[in-house]
Amino acid sequence: MNSVLFLVMRRMRRPLIMLICAYAVAIGGLVLIPGEDDQGQLWHFDFFHAFYFISFVGPTIGLGEIPYALVPAQRFWVSFSLYLTVISWLYAIGKIFSLVGEPAFVRALSETRFRRSVHSLSEPFHLICGYGETGSLLVEALCARGWRCVVIDSSSQRLDDLELAELPVDIPRLCANAGDTRVLIEAGLKHRYCHSVIAVTNSDAVNTKIAVTCKLLQPERMVLCRADSAAAMENMASFNTDHIVNPHTIFAEQMALAIRKPHVNELHRWLGARAGKPLKPPLLPPTGRWIICGYGRLGQAVRRYLDANDIDVTVIERDASHFSDNNSAIQHRIIGSATDPEPLHEAGVESCQGILAGTDSDADNLSIVLTARDINPDIYAVARQNHFRERELFAAAKLPLVVDLNRILAWRMLPLATVPSLDEFLACCRSQEDDWARELMDNLRALTGDTSPEVVHVPLWGQGSQGLCQALARRTVRLRDLGGHIDGETIPVIGLMLKRAEERSLLPDPETELQPGQQLLLATVAHSAHRLEWLIKHSNHWGSAPRSHALAAVSP
Amino acid sequence: MNLEKVLFGFFVLLALTLNVGFVYGEIDSVTHHHVWELFAALVVSLIATVLKFGDRTHLGAVLLASSLVADLHLVAAAIVWGVNSQVFAAGEEPGVVASVVSLACGALVANLASVILLVVETLTLRR
Repeated sequence: MNSVLFLVMRRMRRPLIMLICAYAVAIGGLVLIPGEDDQGQLWHFDFFHAFYFISFVGPTIGLGEIPYALVPAQRFWVSFSLYLTVISWLYAIGKIFSLVGEPAFVRALSETRFRRSVHSLSEPFHLICGYGETGSLLVEALCARGWRCVVIDSSSQRLDDLELAELPVDIPRLCANAGDTRVLIEAGLKHRYCHSVIAVTNSDAVNTKIAVTCKLLQPERMVLCRADSAAAMENMASFNTDHIVNPHTIFAEQMALAIRKPHVNELHRWLGARAGKPLKPPLLPPTGRWIICGYGRLGQAVRRYLDANDIDVTVIERDASHFSDNNSAIQHRIIGSATDPEPLHEAGVESCQGILAGTDSDADNLSIVLTARDINPDIYAVARQNHFRERELFAAAKLPLVVDLNRILAWRMLPLATVPSLDEFLACCRSQEDDWARELMDNLRALTGDTSPEVVHVPLWGQGSQGLCQALARRTVRLRDLGGHIDGETIPVIGLMLKRAEERSLLPDPETELQPGQQLLLATVAHSAHRLEWLIKHSNHWGSAPRSHALAAVSP
Repeated sequence: MNLEKVLFGFFVLLALTLNVGFVYGEIDSVTHHHVWELFAALVVSLIATVLKFGDRTHLGAVLLASSLVADLHLVAAAIVWGVNSQVFAAGEEPGVVASVVSLACGALVANLASVILLVVETLTLRR
């Protein structure tokens, strides 16, 4: 508010002074010049009448000669005053109009509007820094789940895209450098409803700066960070950034998991996906020999994970300098462009089971997989898609798996930001056997049909679970009781994890008795989360014991 | 030398001196208080106010406030005088003159405060 007001005041100084002087001169002159009344006697304008006269002369140029017809000297003066005051007014009004179009004023105004809309947010929101492809996916998905967002980006063009995006709510947005501490505070870093800060700009340095600012100013605020290099990951981890997500590593990890434990990987994909979506068929990448084309960050990460699974890998890279750091680690390496058939032949594409085209160029990647398929039609081809706008091309190529790092990043961050402890559960799953995951998936499929389940986190304390906690104080409630009836409907529920302090049990028995202070992670059918939360919050669903009895049970 | 400071100092001082000039004399005698001096004091005080517009320093804000107080007093004095002389034809009566001058006295105090603040600012700059 202040900056706009001050800017207006500062700019209006000169026109206002000009107006005051013009009026003072005009009024003063009119008072000085003697006139003649209807009897031919000398008279003078007094200040009041002069002010009155100039007031209507000034802006309107409408004038009647009052209280007597003017004498020529007065008319001279009035014509002079008329131009003087009209020009002053034009100047002042022109200044106001030019001010409205000035970039500094527009920026101050939009900043003010932004600050006010952030300040007035009255429900939990996520602060998203960077509205690139990942940021836009996150905002869309968070809005679809009923969360509010605040967006900062340094490009006004991308924010225009946000304005045009079809979202159910208005997103406060600011065009500024998210690495700036003041900007982060203005965007609601210290706001009591700020749920998490998500740093997904395309610069590791800016993301690190955001994380360090949040951890210094609001240590309890959850921070999710994108990191592209190992150095940035280490740096972020050194000051307790809650979640550091490296899209290259995540993809490599998922691919290795899909090869080693396909069902665990499938479980991952189900629980991370948006609830109610049709389930996708499992990915079954072959376990035989692989060719990796492009040895950048993605290629290196995938090679590392495949190596760890004892899978034979051949790397094709155009730039020999990429191999320099860890020569000994790669047994089979070929220097050349994988878009040509020769290096592919050399790598033995005929006898290979899988190929990953992971260069920075979408055209190259498509060319690589098409060439490889020409030679070996049965090959399992995976291509990296760098730009969202190329998705139709990649869809037309009918690849079993497309690597879209932005999408991977967004779908990884989403559950981290919205469902606490899901990440922990998934980490536990990764250490389980594949059969365990298959059994759980059969149960989930029985629960939700062929759609992805909704995962709900229920802490048994505080406002959100008041009703259930009151019920726990007077009777035993078992896990299976949670799938209660609302309006004659049953909500089917599977307990994924029951946690108390550091002790956690996976897939708790439905007969387990609940205790206050525990955390539950439940899977239920899509769009039941709200009903489930409502059920847990309100006490009237938990048996109709008299109120006094309930109090008596709690008070001793 | 800063031309902006010169201008502002000039107008603040001029507002004070004109104000003193108007107030000086017997409080209810119309011959001691000239209407032109009130007019000039009002105009100069308004200009001094506008000159402080948009100053974000703390002192600037206080100076703006004191100037606004002076304006308010002087405008009130002008209105009292104008209404009494035009509507009630009692402009020259001692009671009316006394209330106009006492209002202008209030403005005088505010203008004095402005000048003192200005002097304080100048002195702190020196150090």
